[in-house]
Order: sequence, then structure tokens, then C-alpha cells
Amino acid sequence: MSGQGEGMRDTVTDEGYMTADGRKIGGVAMEMRNITLRFGGVVAIKDISFDIRWGEIRAIIGPNGAGKSSMLNVISGFYHPQEGEVIYKGYKRPAMRPYQVAQQGIARTFQNIALFEGMSVLDNIMTGRLHHMKANMFQQAIWWGRAAREEAENRAQVEKIIDFLEIQHIRKTPVSRLPYGLKKRVELARALAAEPAILLLDEPMAGMNVEEKEDMCRFILDVNDEFGTTTVLIEHDMGVVMDLSDRVVVMDYGKKIGDGTPDEVRNNQEVINAYLGVAHD
Amino acid sequence: MFGHRAAIRHALHVLTDRRTRRSLPVTTTASPAPAQDGLSSVPALLARNATQYGLQTAYREKEFGIWQSWTWAETHDQVRAMALGFLVLGMKQGDYVAIIGRNRPALYWSMVAAQSVGAIPVPLYQDAVAEEMAYVLDHCGARFVVCGDQEQVDKVIEVQETVHCIDEILYLDKRGMRKYDHSHMNWLEDVMREGRAAQTRLEPELNTRIAALGWDSTCVMLYTSGTTGKPKGVVLSNRNIIITSKNSSEFDKLRPGDEILAYLPMAWVGDFIFAIGQAYWTGFCVNCPESAQTMMTDLREIGPTYYFAPPRIFETMLTTVMIRMEDASPLKRRLFHHFMDFARDTGPKLLDGKPVSMMARLKYALGNFLVYGPLKDTLGLRRIRVAYTAGEAIGPEIFDFYRALGINLKQLYGQTEASVFITQQPDGEVRSDTVGVPSPGVEVRIADNGEVFYRSPGTFESYYKNAESTASTKDSDGWVATGDAGFFEEGTGHLRIIDRAKDVGKMADGAMFAPKYVENKLKFFPNILETVVFGNGRDRCVAFINIDLSAVGSWAERNNIAYSSYQELAGLKRVLDTIQAHVEQVNESVAQDKFLSGCQIHRFLVLHKELDADDGEMTRTRKVRRRIVEEKYADLIDALYSDKDGIYTETEVTYEDGRKGVLKATLEIRNAKVFGATADQVAAE
Repeated sequence: MSGQGEGMRDTVTDEGYMTADGRKIGGVAMEMRNITLRFGGVVAIKDISFDIRWGEIRAIIGPNGAGKSSMLNVISGFYHPQEGEVIYKGYKRPAMRPYQVAQQGIARTFQNIALFEGMSVLDNIMTGRLHHMKANMFQQAIWWGRAAREEAENRAQVEKIIDFLEIQHIRKTPVSRLPYGLKKRVELARALAAEPAILLLDEPMAGMNVEEKEDMCRFILDVNDEFGTTTVLIEHDMGVVMDLSDRVVVMDYGKKIGDGTPDEVRNNQEVINAYLGVAHD
Repeated sequence: MFGHRAAIRHALHVLTDRRTRRSLPVTTTASPAPAQDGLSSVPALLARNATQYGLQTAYREKEFGIWQSWTWAETHDQVRAMALGFLVLGMKQGDYVAIIGRNRPALYWSMVAAQSVGAIPVPLYQDAVAEEMAYVLDHCGARFVVCGDQEQVDKVIEVQETVHCIDEILYLDKRGMRKYDHSHMNWLEDVMREGRAAQTRLEPELNTRIAALGWDSTCVMLYTSGTTGKPKGVVLSNRNIIITSKNSSEFDKLRPGDEILAYLPMAWVGDFIFAIGQAYWTGFCVNCPESAQTMMTDLREIGPTYYFAPPRIFETMLTTVMIRMEDASPLKRRLFHHFMDFARDTGPKLLDGKPVSMMARLKYALGNFLVYGPLKDTLGLRRIRVAYTAGEAIGPEIFDFYRALGINLKQLYGQTEASVFITQQPDGEVRSDTVGVPSPGVEVRIADNGEVFYRSPGTFESYYKNAESTASTKDSDGWVATGDAGFFEEGTGHLRIIDRAKDVGKMADGAMFAPKYVENKLKFFPNILETVVFGNGRDRCVAFINIDLSAVGSWAERNNIAYSSYQELAGLKRVLDTIQAHVEQVNESVAQDKFLSGCQIHRFLVLHKELDADDGEMTRTRKVRRRIVEEKYADLIDALYSDKDGIYTETEVTYEDGRKGVLKATLEIRNAKVFGATADQVAAE
């Protein structure tokens, strides 16, 4: 289960690389070039560059306030950086409107669960399929032809995800009645339902107990393994990150202080200083 | 509230109780062995079903939110493809094929496919840990293992470090399996695909192998769960399975079109008989739930007509109903209680076909419309024609609740070695305190020491590689010792099981001493969690009692009674009064039984601590270790047999982290009212 990314790998080339356990990582999916993001006078991200490759599990770690979530929002296209550029699928990405953000094939989960509490698990996951539905409002209203057909097709897709994440028993349960760990899983399911090219997970393990964390780890690995989904995750739990990811970016005070395999990052002096603190004299 | 009686015991063995009620004549039909129509193996039955019931549904499984179904013809096709695939992989006649996973059609097919090529299926408990599995896999020398999913495959791979007989691992669910070394591992779909591809080449071989199967070839090997010592492999032949299935199907008039839900462990003999034996003999449909957690929802969606559940499940269902009724609106609650009180008397009578007045019938019909029907519908039991419970004692009030609703719930008594059926209750002769009359074709006799022996067409062939145990269990005439003590009730001919034979003793005056019988009666009270009755070789019986902290605790809460610990709660006067009332109620009912009236409890105390596996007082499956309790609390037993009304005691306890401590307490000893042994009362009933 674990062990990914622990071993050595070949140098990163444009054609990608092989992981220690024999997964093929592809070429560059997204490249961040000298990103700087400011909120008024506050500089959240300072001149950061890194890339994300197809099929890999890429982690962004750092202490509180390091700018991780801002970075995730830049990746998703929700924030547009003041400086630098985002190259996605080989093209420079312009500033986008929210619906364009949704259409580009990047799905995410949130640090604070953002589900529709009053709706059932099934309905929540179905919302992840919305942009796969082409029927117009009129067709939806009379529920005939295309609308009904699309609903069935999308439901079939959603059922596969329900099966995959083992949440059959709560299919019809309103989300508000679920415990925290399951809600997180439902959120992951909704993100997967969009069939994203890149999946962004904002602290998927936050507030979970050990068993729930183990489950979530297994699901993240399985998703990557089964669908080849490129995954970018932010996480506080260092143990989880090191076991899970292929490559790790370390941020501190909005700057990048490390980038590499978990082993490389673990031995990086600057990272150790950031996490353990150093004496300032 | 009922959790304390939780552990499902897979070995079927029923302990019952309650007063003798009525006597009805018994007709036992012994049926001759039918070696007819060449239907002497499960694959042969499958072929018959494919022609006879070709378009009827044989299997259903809920997957991806939809009930997927297979007809008998499709099932036949799938099983043959799988069998051909097994041939491609080199499965030989006499090979052992282990099957591990939750109930799924493809796993049932793999059993029949293994039989088709002349191999012997050995289903295992899916929740067994790797080391338990290692013993069984090594003991039967399994060459093939069919796994449900990655979890099971991982365990088998772990086992392979010590067990070297396994040549091929097959798995059903592909998820997470991509990275495994597949040199000796196959996806079941691939096996079937290869089988289909090799059809022309291997079909004659498959047909030859199926034709070679007969009455005496092994149908299945099932390992008994083994509460004592290592598990034993029970070899059951086609004769055992098919005749038993035929007899029991006819007994309950099962028919094609019946539906069952297969959710009990595949390694358990009952599941094999219901979901393969009877299903293939009768041609009814086997439904597999989506996952273990969705069982109750799936039950409701399917609405089986034939159903089996251990008492624990019926208890849980009842508890859920009661809790939900507490939350219902006052009107609904009143309706529910009114009609349930009425049904408790009338429902069972209607089921048994006894005379009921027209008014009562009308009222029952109204109740059915307002309460019973909707309730049964919610529980998924509306279409039930026959339901069985077995495995341990079921509380009379639980049993009566379902009968009152008009659900034909009955009891049976059986074990793996008998291919399940030893005795069962015929329609119209159902009571909570007996296990029924001998099943068709089964002979039962009671030995002088009270132990129950049986002989039947379902009697197992032998224990695999264990001639010694075979000889000590089954004598040369085919009589098998059950290890349970019981007796036939006069007048009705119903068997009543009292206790494990080794626990049954004699009182000083020679009367029978059956502690479990009395203990079970006590444990039916929600307030009593556990109890140990002493009296072997003594002139009277005494008892230790553990209260149920959740039940008594919630009672205390409702009545504003403050307590700080189990010990304090257990020593409260009002609690002792309640327990004393329970004990006296049990004494009254024990007194009705002329064999066992000597087992009434004269004095008892409520223990200051719960009996605990950490202290060695119970097994991990929560069975009391009588001897250890007897030694450890010798001072308390002495006090019970003296005339003191209290005793100070110190007990060493082990905390969960392994530390030891000492518990000090002064326990109050109570005298309970006993009742005269009254043969008259039995007659008067």
C-alpha cells in the first residue's frame, strides 16, 4: 500500500519517469512559472515555480500560513496571479470566469467540507456530473428523451464511483446525517464524478482518526492507480504525505524552500528548519 | 440492549426453554433415498434447472445500485465457462479449491464449477485472519484459492509464506490488483474467457468429469468453527447434500419462484444447504446483497419468501422497531401497542390454523392493514412463507413478536455433521421452547446420559484426515453424537435441548442439573447480562448474576438514580429487588418442568464486576469458563451455601492495559422464593 515514492527514480525528463513501484509518470501537465500572488499589500505567494506531471501524486506541504491553499487556488484557476504564468496542457492560461474554471477538467475537494447538507449522497455526487449534462432546462422539465437518457448514463457513472469508494450503504442518506470521515469521502466522490484530469485535494486527511486516514490514503492511491488521475494534495500530516506522494513541494512564508522526492525533501536542511524551527540570533 | 448475546455461533445448536404448553400429534415422514433421474450431483441439478427453469431467475446481486440478474440458463453457461477455465489452469479431480469472500454469485458458481471438474470446494470464513486460514489451507492442501477481492488475496499471499500447496490464486474483484505479480494469479473473468476459448478442445473432458460424479463423490468440505481445538474438515457427499435438500425442501414446500437472501457466511453449512443445496434442488432464486452494511435495505428490496437468521438478527430488528416506535407520534405509538398486544395472542393462533373467533379475525385484519403489514414491509419480511432461526436460544418474547405479526418463524436444530437438519418444527406446531420433531429421514435417539444422537442420510462421511475424531463422533451404525443433552417431550414428540452434554450434571438427590437451561432463562431479561448457576453435586442451586450496565444504567437514568460505578449500581437495593423478581419468575417457570424443577435458584448474588475475558473468566467469544469462575470465586460460592446474608470479598482484576488492581466489595446475598415441583401443573396447562 505505502512505499510509493520512497525509492529512487530516474531524472525527470520531458517524457516522464518511472516510479519505484513501476508506475509510468507522464510529461508535464501544468507548469507554474514564477508565480506571485498578492492580496493588497500581503504577498501570499512569492515567485514560485514548479511543475505537475500527468499521473503523479504531487504534494504541497508547509507550515500554517505558508500559502498552500492559495497555491491550490492558483492551480485550479480560481485565483489569477499578479505575476508569472500558468502553462496548462501546453498553453498559457488566461484569467477565467468561474464556469470556465469548472470546465477545464480540474476538480477539487475543500478543507472545510462544502457539500449540500440537505441532499442525499447520491444527489451530491450527481452534481459533480453537471457539466457532462447537455440537456437544456426545457428538456429537463419534461423529462423525456435526452434528459432521461443523460440522467441514466450519468447515474451509471456515479454508481461506479460509489462502488469504488465503498459508500453504497449511505447512497440515499442525507449528507447532514453522516460522520465527518464519510463526508470527506463523499466530497472525494463528487470530485471524481467530474472525471477530472487533475484532482486537487485540500487537506483530505484533516480531522480524521488513524483508521479513516488509512482508508483515505488507500482511496487516493486506488484512484491514481485505477483511473490514472493526476492528484495534487495539500496535507499537514507529514507521514501521510511522505508515504503517498511521488514528489513534494515545500512552502514557507509564500516561498518555495524545497522540491523533490519525499526522501530528498526529508533531508533538505531548509525544510527541517522550517518544520522544527531554528534559533534566531 | 441485546448486544451481550451478540456472537453468532456458526455451529448450529439450539437451546430453548419455557413451559410445556400443548400436545399435538406428530407425523414424521421418513423418505426413501431417491437415486433418481441421474440427479446425483450439483452440476447435474444445474443442467436440469437450465432446461427446466431456463428463463427463471437463478441469481441476483445488487451492484452499481441495480439488481443484476442471471437466469438458470445463463448461470449454467457461466458455470461451464468457469469450469472449462479451471481445466485450462490444470485443475485435477480431487483437488481442493478454497473459496474466500462475501456472498456473491460468481463465488457460488466457482463452487459448482469446481465440483464440475471433480474438485472439492472448501468455502472459508472471510473474516478469518491469515493464520487461521493457513491451518485450513494447509490441512486440505488447497491447490486453488478463489478470492473475493484484494483483501482476501493479501491474506492468501501472507499464508503462502508458510503454506506451499497453493498453485493458483483467482480473484473476482479486480480493484487494486493491477500491481500484483500475476504469474500464478488470475482474474476470474479472464479464466472464464480462456475457458470459453478452449470450449471445443475441453468440452468432452468436462462432460466426462461431470458424468463421473455420483452419490458418493464429495460435494463439499466445510470446516467446523472449532470452539475446542483445531477446526475439523467435515466431508459431505452428494448423497448427504442432495437428499437433505430434497427432504427439507419438501418439508417446507419450497418451490421455484421462492426468494432467499444469501448473507450468512459461505463457510457455514446452512448457507451451503440454503443457497446451493435447496436452491439447486428446488430451482429458487438466490439474492446476494450489495455489501454487508446494506443487508437490511437489500432485504427490504428483495422481500424474501424463505429466510434464515440467527436469533441475534431478530433481536436487533426488534430493538430497532421498539426504539423507532418510542420516537413515533403518540397516535402511532398507541396504535402499535394496542394491536401488538392483541396480536400476541391471536397472531400465532391464526398461523397455526387454530380456531379464532370472527371478531378476532376481523380485528386482526384491521391490525394487519394498520400495523402488521406496514411493519413487515419495512422489515422486508412481508412475503415470508417460511423463516427459521437456530444457533442459540431465542427469547420467547422475541419469537412471539414475529409470530404475532404473522411471520411463520420456526426453529430448527442441526449441525454441520448432519448437513444441517436434525429436527425442525412443522407448520402448526411451532413453539419457542422446542426445536421440533426429527426432520424427514432423520432418526434421533436419546442416550442414557441424556445426550442426543442422530442418524440420517445427511450424516457426514468423515472428518478429513482425522479418522480418530470420525470414530469417536460417528459409530459403526452411523449414529452421531451431538454433544448436546436433551429429551423428547411426552405427548408432542418434540425435542427439547437442555445444555451441552458435558455441562449437565446431577444434584445431590440425583435430579438433573442443567445450568445453561436456567441461565438462558435468566439472560432473556434485558437487565441480566450474564449469569453462572452452580449446583452440581449439591442439594440446591445458587447463582452469580451480572447486570447489564446499559439496560440497568438507562433505567437508573430514567428514574433519577445516581450511581458512579458498575459496582455501586450492582449493589443498589432497588436493582437487587428487580433481579430478585426476575430470579423468582424464572424459578416459577423452572418449577413447571418436572425434569428440571430441582434447578431452581435458592440464593443468588449480583457480582461486583462484569465477568471479563481479560480476567480469563470468559472466552473471547463471550462464553463463561465455568471452572475458572468456580475456582476464583470459591469464597462467594461458600457464602451462598452458608446462611450469611452478605460477604466481603477482594478480587484481582486486570485492566485493559494489562495492569492489575484489586476490587473490594461487600456483596449482599439474597434468598429467592422457590416453587414446589409440580407435575400437576404441567398436566393442567
